[in-house]
Amino acid sequence: MEKLLLLGDEAVAQGALDAGLSGAYGYPGTPSTEIVEYIQRNPEAAERDVHRTWSANEKTAMEEALGMSYAGKRTLVTMKHVGLNVAADPYMNSALTGANGGVIVAVADDPSMHSSQNEQDSRFYGKFAMLPILEPANQQEAYDMPRLAYQISERYHIPVMIRLTTRLAHSRAGVKRQKILPENKLHKPEDPNQFMLLPAFARKKYRHHLAIQEDLEQESEKSPFNLYQTGKDKSLGIIACGLAYNYLMENYPDNTCPYPILKIGQYPLPRKMVEKIVNECDEILVLEEGMPLIEELLKGFLAHHLKIKGRLDNTISRDGELTPASVRQALGLAKLASRDIPEVVAGRPPALCVGCPHADTYKALNSAMAKYGSGHVFSDIGCYTLGFLPPHRAINTCVDMGASISMAIGAADAGLFPAIAVIGDSTFGHSGITPLLDAVVKKANIVVTILDNDTTAMTGMQDSQVEGKVEKICIGLGVEPDHIRVITPLSRNHDENSKVFEEEILFQGVSVIVARRPCIHVYSKKTNRS
Amino acid sequence: MKKDIILAGVGGQGILSIAAIIGYAAVETGLHLKQAEVHGMSQRGGDVQSHLRLSDKPIFSDLVPLGAADLILAVEPLEALRYWPYLNSDGWVVVNSTPFKNIPDYPETESILAEIAKLPNHIIIDADKTAKELETPRSMNMVMLGAAIPFLGLDYEKLKAGTAFIFGRKGEKVVEMNLKAIAAGYEFSENER
Repeated sequence: MEKLLLLGDEAVAQGALDAGLSGAYGYPGTPSTEIVEYIQRNPEAAERDVHRTWSANEKTAMEEALGMSYAGKRTLVTMKHVGLNVAADPYMNSALTGANGGVIVAVADDPSMHSSQNEQDSRFYGKFAMLPILEPANQQEAYDMPRLAYQISERYHIPVMIRLTTRLAHSRAGVKRQKILPENKLHKPEDPNQFMLLPAFARKKYRHHLAIQEDLEQESEKSPFNLYQTGKDKSLGIIACGLAYNYLMENYPDNTCPYPILKIGQYPLPRKMVEKIVNECDEILVLEEGMPLIEELLKGFLAHHLKIKGRLDNTISRDGELTPASVRQALGLAKLASRDIPEVVAGRPPALCVGCPHADTYKALNSAMAKYGSGHVFSDIGCYTLGFLPPHRAINTCVDMGASISMAIGAADAGLFPAIAVIGDSTFGHSGITPLLDAVVKKANIVVTILDNDTTAMTGMQDSQVEGKVEKICIGLGVEPDHIRVITPLSRNHDENSKVFEEEILFQGVSVIVARRPCIHVYSKKTNRS
Repeated sequence: MKKDIILAGVGGQGILSIAAIIGYAAVETGLHLKQAEVHGMSQRGGDVQSHLRLSDKPIFSDLVPLGAADLILAVEPLEALRYWPYLNSDGWVVVNSTPFKNIPDYPETESILAEIAKLPNHIIIDADKTAKELETPRSMNMVMLGAAIPFLGLDYEKLKAGTAFIFGRKGEKVVEMNLKAIAAGYEFSENER
């Protein structure tokens, strides 16, 4: 069949589509966004009417996917690594409810934090939930894995994770398509109580889940994605997971690596293969993109017996993504000659775009806050986090989706005045509504600024769930209508807008200021689409 | 045949279009290709780069190793220097001399260009000016693609086809405009090197 040039993300999407996908769910988050976006613009997905609109957050996405699985169809739910924290409740419990139609949880991790607030490794969630994980090394595997994932998911009635990392998610290569599989027909679970987790059922299901672990290990032993490559020099054995395999092979052109290699692409770990390489070799080097999951497992707490090298002994840096150079160094090969960056080079951090509405909002906020000093503004996740940087210097925190409002409440509870929250419209829809309910119920003395630019801007202009609904939601939650103020962030409105901030800061109770002006990119993108 | 290329610029300057055209031409030539790009926060006016690897053998790493790049193609002079450690000992740098100043401490342009000129294999072209002279100011990136053609190891005709493919849906006029820009960059490099 035809060969397509696809990003790793797109390969997962096309792979799922060709393996009988009926519905994709997700919330945008770098580096995972392009999975659902690809399905949204794919003509075959449109023709089949595959579900493909965004969800309010990762938790609702995961649950919607479980519902589709309940009804017997194959589904895909996508998120970035920190999104899995939001979806952790349904994800952990889905290990016990299991799946009816196949479920793929595609999570894209961001080691080195290119566009994230931490570099957690989603494989730990897979291990925690005792669910299988597939970790592609290249775009072709990213395409092929959904097919196997659905087979395993439907054979054992459990969700399967596909774990990507930034460099594969956002790198393009040629992908060969396979035969297109039909979608499942609607069918309810054979066991009508499959998704019922009352304790008596849950205990039984948990024992069943423990019992199938051996079978899942067997699946890994025979997986086409776990490969044992022999090598003559047994002084070292190398375990390389996912993308790490590429950096290893890069350093031995034309397949000249002298050491045995165990390439891992499917978990739980294939115990027999791991035993083989450990018994055969004097030392083991573990190459993992992310945190030292396998290394810790092999080493154990006391680390008495085996010589295991990796991130824990600093053979490779404990943090940050792998690179061809870091793997080269770990292999003890000589560094390639290279130049230093000339001294003249200055850093170029990202910044709010010229004409961005957030810049005008921050200017007004700063002017109202001048008399109170700094350290009062709790912010959130989005383009507007760049308001921390000069020249704005307008915000003080960025923790997780929705934390701006909740943290402002806590700080106000402690007596901080003023306590200001700054949150984007999409982030408000994701996780800002519940803390605003808290604020209303306890009459917290806070000002919530909702930066409503009509879009999910940072990840590339996806639709915002709360578009056209922000004030109605605030009123519905019980915010006093007189203290829901809408401003238009433009420099010509600066004095007026500053005054609105000043007034609402002085109001004892919950105020919401909606700063509404579309993202400057949103019009061109929407015009292009229509 | 192996070409490791770093494409460098600032978010919004159009390096991904360059990558897409080269990618198209490489696939049409039957070469293996990997192209890693930056999405997300950096695209908001920060430094962005794309690693583009072409080879007649299978390619493993999505990233170009340090010291391995055959070419740095930079649409902005400061951004060329940022990737100096990637360049191999006889690699080429093709760079646009017009700075994009969106930071307060942007260095003197002369000192940047002087640093680039220390390298034996360099092409410095004022691609913004060339594009303006062609009355297509937005095709600066295509002038740069043209200037890089002598160092890509790809057939010019295939790159033209790639341009038609990538810009085709925007209409024939846009394709033609971009082809003109590519031709101007190409001519400059052929005369310079």
